[in-house]
Amino acid sequence: MTVDQSAPSAAAPAGRAGADVPPSPPPHRRRRAAGRGGVDDRRGLLSSADHQRPAVRRVLTPLQLVMFLIVFALSVLPLLWLAKSAISPTQEILREPFRLWPSDPQWANFASAWSELGVGRYLWNTVVLTGGSVFFQMLVATTLGFGIAVLRPRYSKAVYGAVLSTLLLPPTVLLIGLYLTILDVPLVGVNLQSTVWSVWLPAGVHGFSVLLCVRFFEGIPRELFEAAQIDGAGPWAIFRRIVLPMSKPILTVVGLLGVMASWKDFLWPLIAIPDSGAQPISVALARIAPFVQENMLFAALFIAALPPVLLFIVFQKHIVAGAGFSGLKG
Amino acid sequence: MTSVVTERTPTASAEAATAALPRRRRWRRVGLGHALQTFAFFVPGLLIFGYFAWWPMVRSVLLSFQDTNLVSDPSWVGLENFANILADPLLWRAVVNTLTFALVSLVIGFPLPLFLATVMNELRRYGGVFRVLVYVPAAVPPVVAVLLWKWFYEPGGDGVFNRIAGFVGLGPFPWLEDPSWAIPSLVLTATWTAAGGTVLIYLASLTAIPTELYDAAEVDGASIWRRVWHVTLPQMRGVMLILLLVQIIATMQTFIEPYVMTDGGPQDSTVTVLLLIFRYAFVYGDYGGAAALSVMLAAVLAVVSAVYLRVTRTWSQS
Repeated sequence: MTVDQSAPSAAAPAGRAGADVPPSPPPHRRRRAAGRGGVDDRRGLLSSADHQRPAVRRVLTPLQLVMFLIVFALSVLPLLWLAKSAISPTQEILREPFRLWPSDPQWANFASAWSELGVGRYLWNTVVLTGGSVFFQMLVATTLGFGIAVLRPRYSKAVYGAVLSTLLLPPTVLLIGLYLTILDVPLVGVNLQSTVWSVWLPAGVHGFSVLLCVRFFEGIPRELFEAAQIDGAGPWAIFRRIVLPMSKPILTVVGLLGVMASWKDFLWPLIAIPDSGAQPISVALARIAPFVQENMLFAALFIAALPPVLLFIVFQKHIVAGAGFSGLKG
Repeated sequence: MTSVVTERTPTASAEAATAALPRRRRWRRVGLGHALQTFAFFVPGLLIFGYFAWWPMVRSVLLSFQDTNLVSDPSWVGLENFANILADPLLWRAVVNTLTFALVSLVIGFPLPLFLATVMNELRRYGGVFRVLVYVPAAVPPVVAVLLWKWFYEPGGDGVFNRIAGFVGLGPFPWLEDPSWAIPSLVLTATWTAAGGTVLIYLASLTAIPTELYDAAEVDGASIWRRVWHVTLPQMRGVMLILLLVQIIATMQTFIEPYVMTDGGPQDSTVTVLLLIFRYAFVYGDYGGAAALSVMLAAVLAVVSAVYLRVTRTWSQS
């Protein structure tokens, strides 16, 4: 159960609608084919002739410039402001919020947020929770995907249908039932609350990842599997030596979207992990925010935002390609 | 996706892969061993989906007809939970708030990403930089965005937004302090964190529009506006309709903004249905009531989606 489960309920139809339109290469592939000097001569609405027209230039260039400035002001300035305020004295944040650079940069704010507010520990909790969540999400998606798309036993259709049905229901209908389930897991009778398992195991429920894997694995030519079988390969060998190595593109997308989603997750860890020492940073920040000095809070917010933003900037091509498949909030 | 697959399957690598396989497992190809191995691939998925999706789903529905306090055994109470919820005056407040939130989100949040994506798609340089700028807010964890914006919304002349408004002679505005300002303020924050993802989806479908259509329209002498109207919009209709539904469903389940920024206030003006579910379960300890409300929310969303898909099916095919 991750944040972006609010989306899959409708991401599923989006995925299926995608099957009807002719497949197109992910956007960045076309972009890479751009012409010389970084100019993208793939046409869109406007043709090259349009771009030459003075009337078009007079409108389009200022429009794009203005949009660039607005987007920059709205998306990056708040984050730069956050970075600056993280090293400012609290009084200065209150009195002169638009000062460009703090009069006396307090780099120590990061260190004290890290140790005194416990941001270091919460960050580590987040890393552990995210790692395990993505592991279980990918474990379930690849094994089920392989079973449904490649092995195809008689019961696979029923299983697939039941998996897809989870996409249609909003996650909120699960919330209360899931909470009571982790308090006392049926047949096993253990209480998972405040353990990592309370987040890790439900993260395996990600019907959209299963859907993506099934559709990708179905595209692998079956002759490969037949050839491998003749050579004596069992299901496990085919899975490990053919399917997984060939599926790196889709596994990267599923993994990255999983990391971003579970890093952001809020509602489920809030419920599942009441023990404050075990909470991820998202839940902990909301809890401690009212009691913390502003500059320390901003330092903590900055530390919390940095990893996913860097991850996005480094892997943006994969995430941009993946956003085409995913829903909102992806 | 299919194209990616075909690109990734040259025969050479296939031969290499099969050549690398060990030859000793031939006997497992058929029979019980094979069936067991096949089933083994379903075990993790069946266990996890069974325990953490299918059973909780059934359990939520069962719970909505039960009274439980987590200590003694639950007892069946019929429709009592539903009756209690429907009699709660806060429910109607929450329903109105949630609908308002969804509506304001549509007005602010639906056209904006579409417009941004359309203009960005015409960029011949710096498209990558632009994409990063647009998506960065969506990469920021929502809780960080919400706490930061809460600070910006500080009322009075000293708040960051009010100072900016003051530069152009407006304000000061009450933002989160005033019941009629609170929801639009929350929507602005929610749009800030969500718009980037939507822009990327629109960009992906804009790039998928066959360029021949534009070429043909241009040869026929269609102006830029006519091309937008007769090529871009019809080609985008499918994804627009889906994203509209995605957005409605997502905004009807708003939680983090009201929970962290206003805790439902001022004067219950930002209590959303999901916040109410949370309160029923984890503040009042009424899990039956919370389950009943979840079931009702799910039913409403299911009906909305079904009607929407039915109504729009004819549009998107025409």
